[in-house]
Amino acid sequence: MSTKTVEVNVGDVGARGADASHQVDGEKMALNVGPSHPTTHGVLRLMMDLDGDVITRCEPVLGYLHRGDEKIAENMTYNQFVPYTDRLDYLAPLANNVAYAIAVEKLTGIELPERCQAIRVLVSEMARISSHLLGMGVFGMDAGAWTPFMYTFTEREKLYTLFEELTGARFTTSYTRIGGVARDIPEGWLGRVTHFCENLPKAIDEVEKLLTRNRIFLDRTEGIGQVSKEDAIAYGFTGPNLRASGVDLDLRKDKPYSGYEKYDFDVPIGTRGDCYDRYLIRIEEVRQSLRIIKQVIDDFPSGLWYSEDAKKIFAPPKDKILTSMEELIQNFMIVTEGPQIPAGEVYFEAENPKGALGFYIVSKGGGVPYRLKIRAPSFCNLSILEHMVPGHMLSDITVILGSLDFVMGECDR
Amino acid sequence: MIDQDFTESLLSRFKSVTKRHHEDCLTLECDSSEVAELLFHLRDEETFDLMVDLTAIDHGELAEIRFSVVSHLYSRIHRDYLRIHSICGDNESPSFPSVSSIFPAANWHEREAYDMFGIHFTDHPNLKRILMWDGYPYYPLRKDFPLAGIETPLPADDVAEVTQASVDPAPMMGGPFVSTIDGNMSDSEPRAKDESWTEETEKPS
Repeated sequence: MSTKTVEVNVGDVGARGADASHQVDGEKMALNVGPSHPTTHGVLRLMMDLDGDVITRCEPVLGYLHRGDEKIAENMTYNQFVPYTDRLDYLAPLANNVAYAIAVEKLTGIELPERCQAIRVLVSEMARISSHLLGMGVFGMDAGAWTPFMYTFTEREKLYTLFEELTGARFTTSYTRIGGVARDIPEGWLGRVTHFCENLPKAIDEVEKLLTRNRIFLDRTEGIGQVSKEDAIAYGFTGPNLRASGVDLDLRKDKPYSGYEKYDFDVPIGTRGDCYDRYLIRIEEVRQSLRIIKQVIDDFPSGLWYSEDAKKIFAPPKDKILTSMEELIQNFMIVTEGPQIPAGEVYFEAENPKGALGFYIVSKGGGVPYRLKIRAPSFCNLSILEHMVPGHMLSDITVILGSLDFVMGECDR
Repeated sequence: MIDQDFTESLLSRFKSVTKRHHEDCLTLECDSSEVAELLFHLRDEETFDLMVDLTAIDHGELAEIRFSVVSHLYSRIHRDYLRIHSICGDNESPSFPSVSSIFPAANWHEREAYDMFGIHFTDHPNLKRILMWDGYPYYPLRKDFPLAGIETPLPADDVAEVTQASVDPAPMMGGPFVSTIDGNMSDSEPRAKDESWTEETEKPS
């Protein structure tokens, strides 16, 4: 394809944004925030009416990162879609991979070996820690505290080194396959994870010292962006945001998957549902994730990292493909036609760092889904903005958005 | 978990509700006229107060009934999901009663279903496109919409005037493998998607 370069003068972008929002009467001012603005953590756009410093109307505009993932999913085999799940919540790709794989496996009814389940729990919790570390760091930054971000980002970097060793990629991991994971854990890797987990609480303590009782941070977050229990349920909140509003719902406890019922952990619940509660919940969730990781590693099952029964679903190991005719054919069929999934429909939600990530899959049999709907937690968590933001000051927007901890990659899909 | 009595009482209470074969969670079929009443009952009497998802399915251009709406509810007491299928009458301009007054969470889900499938949700407070831009002429998740997209004018008129640019279909050759649900295997190869028409291979009309 030939590329053509054209220089353009697109006029005053700000003026166009203001024109797009409706005419405001009297003393009110229309303000357009985003789509490219540091507060919005991506490409969220808010069209607001201001009365002085008080917001009277807030309308979120989405879709700036829409890539048509659901359309793409209908046109490729189940395994080919795994890399696309990395790009949903790109701050916790491993957790997305796991959620997607379990959703498809639910249609096939295959049983996974304990080792595979343990690996999946382990990587999901590591993804949760990595996502919450970033979430807390940038939340502090949104409220004007730069230093905690440095601590959390350093720790997250160590996690990414571990992810790289496991999957070959730091960010876009694509680790799971339908019926297992791409490869077993490397030798000595569990020891390095343990080492990381032993040192993380120190960093979390540092962050807590800097933020949790910080006067400025408290003033900016306490009582701001309060969401009542009823509202949180009505607007479809999930994950830490829902629990901060005092609703005891954690799918790892209530509908355990991948062997979560074997591990002992607590679910932190908030009382007021304000921005400060949402921060506290995330801090505590990191500590609970560390507890889970410790239990997984202490009792790490031996065995295979994929399901041997999944003949038409999981590609056999490479050495067998190169030496045995049957496995060669099996591999060829899976690569060209995709894993053979029976007809039916299934809905599965996993407790991801941002909330419940759901996949609704309609299969008519064969290697390609007929319809795949992604229920993105960030999408549902943002729908409350219209209802919650009016009445707050303009400066609270930063803190509210930071505390909701959303990712536009997942919201816009 | 949901027990037999629960299902029986629902079936006897609502005339149009029928049970459907399911793999994972209780699946009901309900007439679109009775959906609001059913959801109201499930929310207030049966603790299914979390609407986790609402979406639509396009059964294809040739299907007798082309569109259906699927919603998923979750109950914290039963600790289980419930799925409701309802068909949308009228394949040409499908419509469905909005449930966003019962579940505010449905507001954006319905906007998305409208955006992607063109299903008109009656009495929706703010039914406009949510992921595509306002004024986009197609419904991308319909089965007759091509994967590469369709050439469309730019949403900003002033930019389009200066640049003469438009939103072009994605080049498919050399791109990701595309496996259609009932296509030939050879059609999945990237080179099968070559759309750079030359004098030798003319663009099919």
